[in-house]
Amino acid sequence: MSITVRNVGKRFGSFVALDNINLEVETGSLTALLGPSGSGKSTLLRCIAGLETPDEGEILISGEDVTESAPQKRGVGFVFQHYAAFKHMTVAKNIAFGLEVRKRPQEEIDKRVEELLELVQLQGLAKRFPAQLSGGQRQRMGLARALAVDPEVLLLDEPFGALDARVRKELRAWLRRLHDGTHTTTVIVTHDQEEAMEVADQIVLMNKGRIEQIGGPRDLYEHPATEFVMTFVGEANRVGGNYVRPHDISLSLLPVDGSEEAMVERLVHLGFEVRVELVRHDGNALWVQMTRDEADQLELEPRQIVNVVARHSRTFG
Amino acid sequence: MRSKLSLRLVALCYLAVVLVGPVVMVFYRAFESGVGDFWRAISDGQAAHALWLTVLIALIAVPLNTIFGVALSLAIVRRKFPGKGLVNAFVDLPLALSPVVVGLALLLLYGRQGWLGPWFLDHGVQVVYALPAMVLATIFVSLPFVVREVVPVLREIGDEQEQAASTLGANGWQTFRRITLPAIRWGVAYGVVLTAARSLGEFGAVNVVSGRIQGKTETATLYIDAAYLDFNQKGAYAVSVVLALISVVILVAMSIFKPKEETA
Repeated sequence: MSITVRNVGKRFGSFVALDNINLEVETGSLTALLGPSGSGKSTLLRCIAGLETPDEGEILISGEDVTESAPQKRGVGFVFQHYAAFKHMTVAKNIAFGLEVRKRPQEEIDKRVEELLELVQLQGLAKRFPAQLSGGQRQRMGLARALAVDPEVLLLDEPFGALDARVRKELRAWLRRLHDGTHTTTVIVTHDQEEAMEVADQIVLMNKGRIEQIGGPRDLYEHPATEFVMTFVGEANRVGGNYVRPHDISLSLLPVDGSEEAMVERLVHLGFEVRVELVRHDGNALWVQMTRDEADQLELEPRQIVNVVARHSRTFG
Repeated sequence: MRSKLSLRLVALCYLAVVLVGPVVMVFYRAFESGVGDFWRAISDGQAAHALWLTVLIALIAVPLNTIFGVALSLAIVRRKFPGKGLVNAFVDLPLALSPVVVGLALLLLYGRQGWLGPWFLDHGVQVVYALPAMVLATIFVSLPFVVREVVPVLREIGDEQEQAASTLGANGWQTFRRITLPAIRWGVAYGVVLTAARSLGEFGAVNVVSGRIQGKTETATLYIDAAYLDFNQKGAYAVSVVLALISVVILVAMSIFKPKEETA
């Protein structure tokens, strides 16, 4: 179901966590709230869930004003960064919790728990306690628990933030597949731009309690609206007042139209990709991203003088 | 190795001298002339009544302090309200204040000349020199224990589990009963044990407000004191042993009921 956030503001003491936020999340979409820590993304998510009350503005879920509603009345599923597992309950009991407080018949609960265990691939671990699970398993349990009550919207607060890189990659691919299967309206908070770009249809980039830009992963990368978006989403070199992506710079041995000289300082080989770190004659650093083949053709060496020219650069007023 | 050993020896000696020795002596003297004598001493009308009164007061004070203590702990940890720091500090007052002073204060408030005493008397309730004041005194002196055990546990578990429960549709009471209470149950249990131990052993405040009427307002500790001064040492030792045994039973029950999942 859709989510509408209108003119929402929230302060903690003198700290402005959210400053006049307006946002539309469409039914069935997967939206990422992306931003550095302290940008207000988690606070916004918690306001949607009812775990925080905004100081001003309103929040609508499926067109219904829920600003004053308690969390248990909102029909949301919430997944916490640190799992918030019910430590004294088994995996099955954790997943069944939402159904049990709704007093559903035992038969229905058992059947639903069985389905969810299969969905999150935790069959056979139903009788374990959370302390006996790995971090990735615990978070899958957290997801199953949130999905058990068929929430209208699924809210995830840095769900993979506490996991190691490999498990994180696996789980976010799995989350995307899950969403493609169920089409539950989903909002995920993350500080990892790669994660946001990989899973989301729509990215909301936040900074200092404000929304910097809303758009698809490609939009944000290719048409950044502000300096902040340019530097936060993807890499960027600052050349004078301009910004240029490291793969938008050409290197050549001979000067070309508009090129300038720079010295190769270091070559970093990252498998397929090579990072060439350069110093311009005014002393500023610059780096260029190219494929291994391109670097091999140029036969680059440290201390070598090359000619650089930017293919695309952007200026922000 | 040697220093570790001698440290252990010092600790054991200390325990033996201040703790085990006296308790063993009481047991020894109580059973010196046989179990029959012991049994006669505690089944004496006055002694039995004193023991019953002590148990009765604990049965009223402990549940009240448990409910109040858990509620107050939740307020201190989970809520924001003006004067919270003051409340938090006041909880410790009974630990710092001499029980005799507590007794005197109750006397001043509920006595014949006190602020509230006459009102209660007009409504036919005798507070001082009767059960109500003894229960009040016991509640006062044993009030901090549940709060002091539960507050750190609540802080440690945090409120994420409670938030998760609320997003899953649980109301306040369901969240408390199914999530918070199971998570703090061992803190509550230790608090109850300490509250019970303190209630059973209370002497100073009850001494002041009870009037020490034999067979009526005399608790076990008051009986022990009176019997000892009255050269009825057998009675004093026997009742002491019963109080000590009740404490042991509570402690043993605690360790038996402790579930396996937490020791694993």
